Amino acid sequence: MKRLQELVIPDRLRVINIGLEMFADNLRADGIDVVHVDWRPPTGGDSKLAAILSALEQLED
Amino acid sequence: MTVRTEILTSFYQDSVVLMRVASQVRKRPGVREVAAFMGTPSNHALLAQSGLGTPENQAATPEDLILTVDAEDEDTAEAALHGARTLLLERRRETAETSEHVPRTLDSALRVLPNANLASISVPAAFAPYEAMRALHRNLNVFLFTDNVPLEDEIRLKKEALARGLLCMGPDCGTAYINGTGLGFFNVVPRGRVGCVAASGTGLQAVASRLAALGEGISHGIGVGGRDLSREVGGMMALAAIEALAADPGTEAIVVISKPPHPEVMAKLESALVKLEKPVVVCSLGEPSAPNDGLTRVHSLVDAADAAVMRLGGDEWSHVPFRDPEATRARLRAIPRLDEYRDRGILGLYTGGTLAYEARQILEPLLGEVAFNGDFRDASAHHRVVDLGDDAFTMGRPHPMIAPETRTEIVSEIVAGSNVGVLMLDLVLGRGAHHDPALPVAEALKAIPAKSRKGAARPIVLASVVGTPEDPQGLDRQVNQLTEAGVCVLPSNAEAARFAALLVKPELAPQFLESNR
Repeated sequence: MKRLQELVIPDRLRVINIGLEMFADNLRADGIDVVHVDWRPPTGGDSKLAAILSALEQLED
Repeated sequence: MTVRTEILTSFYQDSVVLMRVASQVRKRPGVREVAAFMGTPSNHALLAQSGLGTPENQAATPEDLILTVDAEDEDTAEAALHGARTLLLERRRETAETSEHVPRTLDSALRVLPNANLASISVPAAFAPYEAMRALHRNLNVFLFTDNVPLEDEIRLKKEALARGLLCMGPDCGTAYINGTGLGFFNVVPRGRVGCVAASGTGLQAVASRLAALGEGISHGIGVGGRDLSREVGGMMALAAIEALAADPGTEAIVVISKPPHPEVMAKLESALVKLEKPVVVCSLGEPSAPNDGLTRVHSLVDAADAAVMRLGGDEWSHVPFRDPEATRARLRAIPRLDEYRDRGILGLYTGGTLAYEARQILEPLLGEVAFNGDFRDASAHHRVVDLGDDAFTMGRPHPMIAPETRTEIVSEIVAGSNVGVLMLDLVLGRGAHHDPALPVAEALKAIPAKSRKGAARPIVLASVVGTPEDPQGLDRQVNQLTEAGVCVLPSNAEAARFAALLVKPELAPQFLESNR
């Protein structure tokens, strides 16, 4: 188990938005730096492959 | 009835865009139902359950968009499909024209914004853990709106976040405020001295809106997701958020908002909270335990905000059932045939799950059993509160907070024809919500004749509105629209629930409306 670090609430947000575009629109309207990701399902949408990717990502340090 | 389907291959669109297109096309005369979904296994199941599964649409993969229309005849169905396709293609064209190079992945986005410090993630549940973990590995805080993420993934994500000193707000986190910036669905509220830790998005919205009405504001509103205070997750993000707010110089009072946590988790929270020097309010929407440990425990969201403001002023807080008993008495006097509502049934139709839960928690001790969810036409339960945002109701339909017309049809049916005595509604305003939720309610009510068909007094419609004057919908405009349509608008959901109880059980009046306060 990794050592827990003190949680630091970020100052001014700079956001990468992955998913619903309206969230990026709202942030932009509020003057927040935001980059919207034109997200498509990876793995051709195959959720079994997605679960494997997920597991691999979690092993990465 | 004719069902027609079209598949747009490799045509991903987010669920809000698809809901809006479907809503628009559904309004066409002769169109009974429109489904616009990506071809994921769960969406295929939804289509099958709604009777819209066809051999063609069953072939669609998760990257393919399924457009299915059920209409009264073939021409109408074809025209509706064509309309939907046009809307989607126009949108695609607009997006392609306006964006120079839109990144397709987190890592390419980081090349555009290398000092990013938060990823806001709202992709479907199958892919959310991967994207969220990737973001954490890039040392980004995470706002994770997606729900139905597996428990094991939630635990792994939060452990990873805490090991790095990062926020993982969610999964199933609808609302957050970080340094004055709202995330997800949020109301426009000022910065202020109250820091919130919330396992409920709508709960945070209600508390924030009430703080604004009291002239106070939010330092940070840290959403932790609906499952954080379960036994399995153990409140790990809530505990870290509490510590962070305790250390934050801008936070002078802390409010914890949730449905009742698991008792072991509640004990952990309490032992962390009692050590703090700042005033603490705990709103867990259940029977409060009443040890005298310095924590202020409240029953309702509005009380959470009021108590926080009182404590900031150095005062103790005590509960009142109605903040303005005279105004409440005036509302009662304004109701025609008031005595005919004694012993009638109450039905709550809610778009916000926490508000539904709060209403039921208030009604049950006063009236006896109140059914929660289930079939709103089933008259076997005398009182019922329904969360229309629950999965059981949103199968194939948009969430009622985004598309209030799904609730309005039910409202019309109930007010025109049933034996329900009191109908309770919530409206939730703010960024991301529908641009005018009062309008469909007002129009539906105006269209119904004053007498129900049985000659019984028609249902009284009560409502409360979560929102602020600065919200895009405008709190006052929404309240006025409802009032003009004959809705009795109460200043909070808690008071609306108590008022409903008063209508059907007038003997509660002495305990609720004593005038010596």
